[in-house]
Amino acid sequence: MITNKYFPRLFFIEMAVVVIALIYLSPFYFVVVNSLKPFGEIIENAASLPSTIRWDNYVKAWNTVSFPQVFLNSLLVTSFSIAGMVLMGAMAAWRMVRRPHKISGIIFVLFVAAMVIPFQSVMIPMVKVAKLFGLLNSIPGIVIIYFGFGMPLTVFLLHGFVKSIPKELEESAYIDGCSTFQSFFQIVFPLMRTMVVTVIILQTLWIWNDFLLPLLVLFKESIRTIPLGIFSFFGQYLNQWDSALATLIMGMVPIIIFFLILQNYIIRGITAGSIKS
Amino acid sequence: MNNRRMRDIREDIFFIGPGFIIFALIVLFSFVLGIYYSFTEWNGVNKEALWVGLDNYLQVFKGDEQAGVSAVFTLKFTLASVITANLLAFGLALALTLPLKNAKLMRTIIFLPNVIGGIILGFVWRFIFTNSFVSIGELTGSWFFELPWLGTPMTGFWASVIVFVWQRTGYLMMIYVAAIVSIDDTLLEAAYIDGASQLHMLTKIIIPLTVQAITVCVFLALSWTTKMFDVIFALTNGGPFGSTETFAMNIYYEAFQYNNYGLGSAKAILFFIIVGFISTAQVLTTKKWEVEA
Repeated sequence: MITNKYFPRLFFIEMAVVVIALIYLSPFYFVVVNSLKPFGEIIENAASLPSTIRWDNYVKAWNTVSFPQVFLNSLLVTSFSIAGMVLMGAMAAWRMVRRPHKISGIIFVLFVAAMVIPFQSVMIPMVKVAKLFGLLNSIPGIVIIYFGFGMPLTVFLLHGFVKSIPKELEESAYIDGCSTFQSFFQIVFPLMRTMVVTVIILQTLWIWNDFLLPLLVLFKESIRTIPLGIFSFFGQYLNQWDSALATLIMGMVPIIIFFLILQNYIIRGITAGSIKS
Repeated sequence: MNNRRMRDIREDIFFIGPGFIIFALIVLFSFVLGIYYSFTEWNGVNKEALWVGLDNYLQVFKGDEQAGVSAVFTLKFTLASVITANLLAFGLALALTLPLKNAKLMRTIIFLPNVIGGIILGFVWRFIFTNSFVSIGELTGSWFFELPWLGTPMTGFWASVIVFVWQRTGYLMMIYVAAIVSIDDTLLEAAYIDGASQLHMLTKIIIPLTVQAITVCVFLALSWTTKMFDVIFALTNGGPFGSTETFAMNIYYEAFQYNNYGLGSAKAILFFIIVGFISTAQVLTTKKWEVEA
């Protein structure tokens, strides 16, 4: 853009950006170095490198939050919630675009309108409703609740995308004798791939990291997700920073790996997703 | 003919039904139920909620000091964070679309906090403010690091803003980067040849052509800040003395700590109205700029 041509200020801009990037990284530095120190050393100096690297904090953290368990719970909740909402959202979006009528038009408006409702505005009665349907305190239960809250954005994004898929493909499939079901699952759904990836990414970042909803509907220790496990650890061991910092690192590592592997998709998904909505 | 209609209806139910029914029961039904609860007094345990009319709403405005404190905090926090995060994000996007050596790496680093859960980030910063900053202060003697960051209402406010800006700038920056990259190079080159200053190119070309991204980013930042919960819940837990309690936290405490479901629901409905009003007003205003630009 402006400065395809060389200009001396470029160097200073680069330096400034590097400094900002280092500031952005510094919290990770503090957490990592202190997670390897014994408690006394943290209190003495919480900015220095550890004198010796010790993994005790990680061992204690791993066992106290039952990391394999909370990790598995997070994985189950996130993957099942997303699989279901993508499937149901794609089916609904496609049908509403291809066979519009008055009722499905109203339904679409309801989906879009619900996007402006903050979660905190419905959370109190939601707990009551979840109890009524037996959705409290179980992983299948929270998955169904996530279906409900995830549908609006999923339908909205896929609805916009289906409009850009040419009708002709499906029409020729009908002529060849395909049923509605076949043409959706075999022809249309695979074509929705690009937007489905965007939806999966946006919803993964939300559900994996979500805290308030699980806090309200999951109470049993054995079904806690990562954010809940970390929160309850801090409830018990407030300011025991040695092992607490180790739990924080363990909590962020999986999603950071996910991000680094899928970086390009994630960035694209985010820009595409936000411009649409 | 009739058969065909029946089939169409069956297919409608098959394709739209499951998603819509779950959504309607979980979200829409809850929303309507919440409106009803807001006119009742109910502790969440009793079978029957007692109808009290507008009492809860009057209570929020008259008898609930902490609700007022948290509403003012949320508004101030929103204002400071939305402006700071967007200015920083736009500036970084401008810099990182220049031909810098490590532009991609820098973008990745600045974006990184976005993928991590708010509760984790809140605890991370609680440690940094209460321990690392103290150590840096001792080493450097700088007043900035010696402030009692989470200890006073004033510093607690800015601590919250700092964490929010750190967390979310990268997301907004990515949207601005995408918008700036899509500007037609020939426009800028033509301006350059005509001798336009950098400032002119910024205000006359880049900003007008990225105004749609500005709308999106302000909208996103508003929706994050007005609904802020987890980061501050972990960072300060609303302290000191409830001075950094967001309105979302206030609703949570009212319902799930004090068991005032009716009053909590009234706050939740007011919250919906206020958030809706702010975002609609913002979209309408920036849309107007888009048209003018």
